[in-house]
Formats: sequence, structure tokens, C-alpha cells
Amino acid sequence: MSEELTSLGVKAIRDGVAAGDFTAREVAESFNTAVADAAALNAFIVTTPDHALAAADATDAKRAKGEELGAMAGVPIGMKDLFATHGVQTTAASHILEGFKPQYESTVSQNLWDAGAGMLGKLNLDQFAMGSSNETSYFGNVSSPWRKAGSNAAMSPGGSSGGSSSAVAARIAPAATGTDTGGSIRQPAAFTGICGIKPTYGRCSRWGVVAFASSLDQAGPMARSVEDCAIMLGAMAGFDPKDATSLQMDVPDWEGALNADLKGKRVGIPKEYRMEGTSEAILESWEQGKAWLKDAGAQIVDISLPHTKYALPAYYIIAPAEASSNLARYDGVRYGLRELPENAGLQDMYAETREAGFGDEVKRRVLIGTYVLSAGFYDAYYNQAQKVRALVARDFEQAWAHCDVILAPTTPTPSFPLGSLNEDPLTMYLNDVFAVPASLAGLPAMSVPATMTEDGLPLGLQLVGKAFDEQSVLDAGLAIQQRSGFDHAPEKWW
Amino acid sequence: MSVTKQDVAKIAGLARINMSEEELDHMVPELNNILEWVEQLGEVDVEGVEPMAAVIENTLRLRADEVDADPKTGGGKRDAVLANAPVAEHGFFGVPKVIE
Repeated sequence: MSEELTSLGVKAIRDGVAAGDFTAREVAESFNTAVADAAALNAFIVTTPDHALAAADATDAKRAKGEELGAMAGVPIGMKDLFATHGVQTTAASHILEGFKPQYESTVSQNLWDAGAGMLGKLNLDQFAMGSSNETSYFGNVSSPWRKAGSNAAMSPGGSSGGSSSAVAARIAPAATGTDTGGSIRQPAAFTGICGIKPTYGRCSRWGVVAFASSLDQAGPMARSVEDCAIMLGAMAGFDPKDATSLQMDVPDWEGALNADLKGKRVGIPKEYRMEGTSEAILESWEQGKAWLKDAGAQIVDISLPHTKYALPAYYIIAPAEASSNLARYDGVRYGLRELPENAGLQDMYAETREAGFGDEVKRRVLIGTYVLSAGFYDAYYNQAQKVRALVARDFEQAWAHCDVILAPTTPTPSFPLGSLNEDPLTMYLNDVFAVPASLAGLPAMSVPATMTEDGLPLGLQLVGKAFDEQSVLDAGLAIQQRSGFDHAPEKWW
Repeated sequence: MSVTKQDVAKIAGLARINMSEEELDHMVPELNNILEWVEQLGEVDVEGVEPMAAVIENTLRLRADEVDADPKTGGGKRDAVLANAPVAEHGFFGVPKVIE
């Protein structure tokens, strides 16, 4: 029973609980056990089995009384440790927030609990969501459940939502929250053979989400099917007056409107995404994706996004600039770590606390951000980057005259062994070259699993849509899912 | 543009992050690699382009002029605000002496 239950996704659990095929408590117990057995993945920073059980019992009680059940009723999920959870340690995978127990609940997590979900635990991530391999966490690397054929080397689950991707791919959580600043939902989803969608900027409230780069940060669901993502996104999204950039719009019924028939839809293929250094297997899966969408009735059109090449360098000015400002709050005064050497003054306390509390990648980005915002360099770097960002967004605007949704690879390569890209930060940054343009433009974008490499690693395809048009993204994702028949699962070694 | 060790030390000072000599030595080439790479943005013709201010068209809202309109972000939360402070005394955040 237990293993059967952990093989289920969001929809199957919700519908099974509602139908009385099994209880929410049985589901929660099964996943709690699976989580406890998977410590080798290091996907969770803390586990919260009691939270999952309490939510399950509440759902079972509601059902017994014949009350209406929420969209996520009976589904235990993993919560990226970037969301403030009341009374449960929230660290952003940093030492500086170790022991921090928020006195409030983030809007997105509260929305999920209100919809009937429970929490299995807080998921590991790259420190302050800065990283593409989940190797910058203070709480250790996360391993992907996937391994290359014939090798025992630990592979990267991607980042920054690497705990989320690892847990969902390993079937120790049916779904998890992620956040995406420059690819942090899509790249880990692609690396682990699962789905993940970053909605339009402003769909999900940022209130209570540890801030990295506020003009880019956006929460979204990670799960094993497009339907599950549609259900969970519907529960997460919604207007929140506590976030000044929250979209004051109704949340569409994405799940109910799912439609894989793409007749009359035009799918754009951006020629600039055919970049040097992209693996052959990725290019083949892109071709395969085109064929699938054509088969679903879509018309394939070539488009151009001329400033694509400049998106990543612009991102690496804008995101660190915003991070250097956002992370100024970690000062050893209000929460988290304090390092106070004997006889030290306030300034020394700040500098010592931040030295001890931030990891190398965080320091690197705070320094870059401080530099590009400093007097004399602001125009040359920050303003120039914001102008290029406007051009990247304009590229998309112009492309929408020719297409309704864009198909591209999610990443230039499959997953890589942990430790293999640590030498040079720049090589690591290139992982997000295909993901960042949609982030800069605030557009909805999704990764869906497509094919497998010859050595047994999953590859993802990316769909980018117009602002507010998550539906077209999900629909095209569903068309791919139905044709790929992707049901590969990692072999259990943990 | 490239940065020297002195520049990085100055930036680290502005960012309030202590860095050892060794860390500075390590950081200089890393930052220079990144800065050299972002230089390519200078190639882009941005004549007449306004820097992006908001990624999605949105209007700024005003909240109702009401005390504690939303209790979650309203007042009366002193103990909750101080709950995670490394040092809290008499209802305040404690910090080292600032004025001699």
C-alpha cells in the first residue's frame, strides 16, 4: 500500500482521498516514511511529519463530515526553505538564518494549507537561491536521485530548487514549491525529469518569501505532471495586498481549462537559442518537441529574439544588484546569526556576522551588486543592464505578433556530477542561459520532461508564454507530456 | 574595467563583509572574470531605450488609511518582532555601544 501511495501525484491523491480509496492519513504516513528513508539525498533541511499528519487528519475529518475539500486536500508537499513557515525553521539554506523561526506564514504556503495541503518538511536549496547545482547550501549538497548509467557519481539535481526537484523525482514528495529568479524552478525540473512552472511575475505573492532579486523572484509548483502543476499553481496564486507587485487579477481555472489540442496555435522556435556549446542530445529533443507539438495541431514558426545573448550578462548585473540591497538586512541585530568579538563595535559586528553567515557564492554576488551600484559605475553597469532588459522584453513582445507560445530547450546540457563545475563561477552561470530571458521579461515559463540521454539522464523542454497566459504554456506542456509518454523514474539507491 | 585587490577590499567594506587577505586574493580574479564577461553589454545599441522600471504593467495601490487594516502587517507585534533577535532587552533590540 505504502509504495503504491508514494507513486501517486497530486491529482491522484486528491481524487483518491475524496473518493475514499484511501485516507489522507495513510498518504501522509507513507510519504513521511519515504522522506525518513531518503536522508542520503539530503533533500530536506528539516522534516515536519507532524505537520503533514495534522493536515491529513483535518482533511479526513472534513470528508467524514461531508464538507467540501480544497484543491490540494490530502496532498502532503515539500516546502522550499525559502518560504517563511510559522514556528518552523526557515534558513534560505544559509548559516546567517540558522535557527530563525518565523512568527508568521508566507502567503503562498498559507494558500496551500488553506487548500488542504500538508507539509513534509523544508527543502534544501542553494543558499539564498543563488546557484544552479544545489552546491552552495550551508546544509550540504543535495543529490539527484538520478545516476548516469554505469556510474555511482552523485549528480546535481539542479538549482536553486534542488531539494524540491530531488524529492519529487525520488517520489518522496508528490509535489513541492519552488522559486524561480533566473531558472531556479525550470533548470532543476529539467535535470530531474519532472515538471515545473514559473508563472507570470506577480501571480504568486512574494510576501514571506526570503528575497533574492525582488523584480525577478516568482514562486511556482514542481510536480511530475502538467495537470499536477496546474492544480498546485491554482492553489498558490492569487492577489495579495501585502505584496506591492502582486497582480490584482482573478486566478483562472487552469486545471479545468487544460486542453492539449493545439489546432490554431502557433509555436515559435527562436533561432538564437541554437547556441554553441548546447549538447547534441538537447538539440535532438528540441526537434522531437517540435514534431510533438505539430502532431498536436500547432503550426511551427521560426522567430527571432535578437537580444537573447545579452540576457544572461544583464541578469548577472541586475540580480546581484538587487541581492546586495535585499541582503543588507542580515546584520546580526534583528534575527539570525550574530558574531560579536570582544570589545567590537556595531560596524565590526555587522562585518563579522556577514563574513561568518554568508557562503562564498552569496558574498560574490553581494560584492558584484555593491560594485555595480556604487557611485561612478551605476550608469555603465546597472542602467545599461536595465536598458538591455527592456530590449529583451521587447524581443518577446515583437515575437508575439508571430506566435502564441515559444518552444526552446530548458538547459544547454543534462545534469552533471556534483563538484564538476565548481572551478569557475561563470561556467555554472551558463546553465541558465535559456531560462533567464523569460525571467527578465516576467513571462510564464515551464519545463516539461521530454527524452532521455543515451546514458540515462532526463532532458527537459521549455515553453514560454505571453504575460498572464499560463494556460497556453500548460496546454503545450500537456501536448508534449501526452506524446513523450515520459514515465522514467530513477532507480532507488538511497 | 577591472578591479584590484584594493578595490575589492573597498567594496567588501561597503557591503559590510569582513574578508581575509586570502579571500580577497581569491575573489579578485573571479570578480574580474565576471566583470569582463558583462562588458559585452556595452555592444548593445540602447539609444532611446528607457531602463526597465517594472517588468509587468501594474498600478501602484494605496491601502486604506486605517490603523492595522491588515492585522498581519499592523502594529502591536513587539514580542513577535523581537522573538528572533540575538539580543532583546526591555522590548528593544540590543546592540553594542555606538557612542562612547
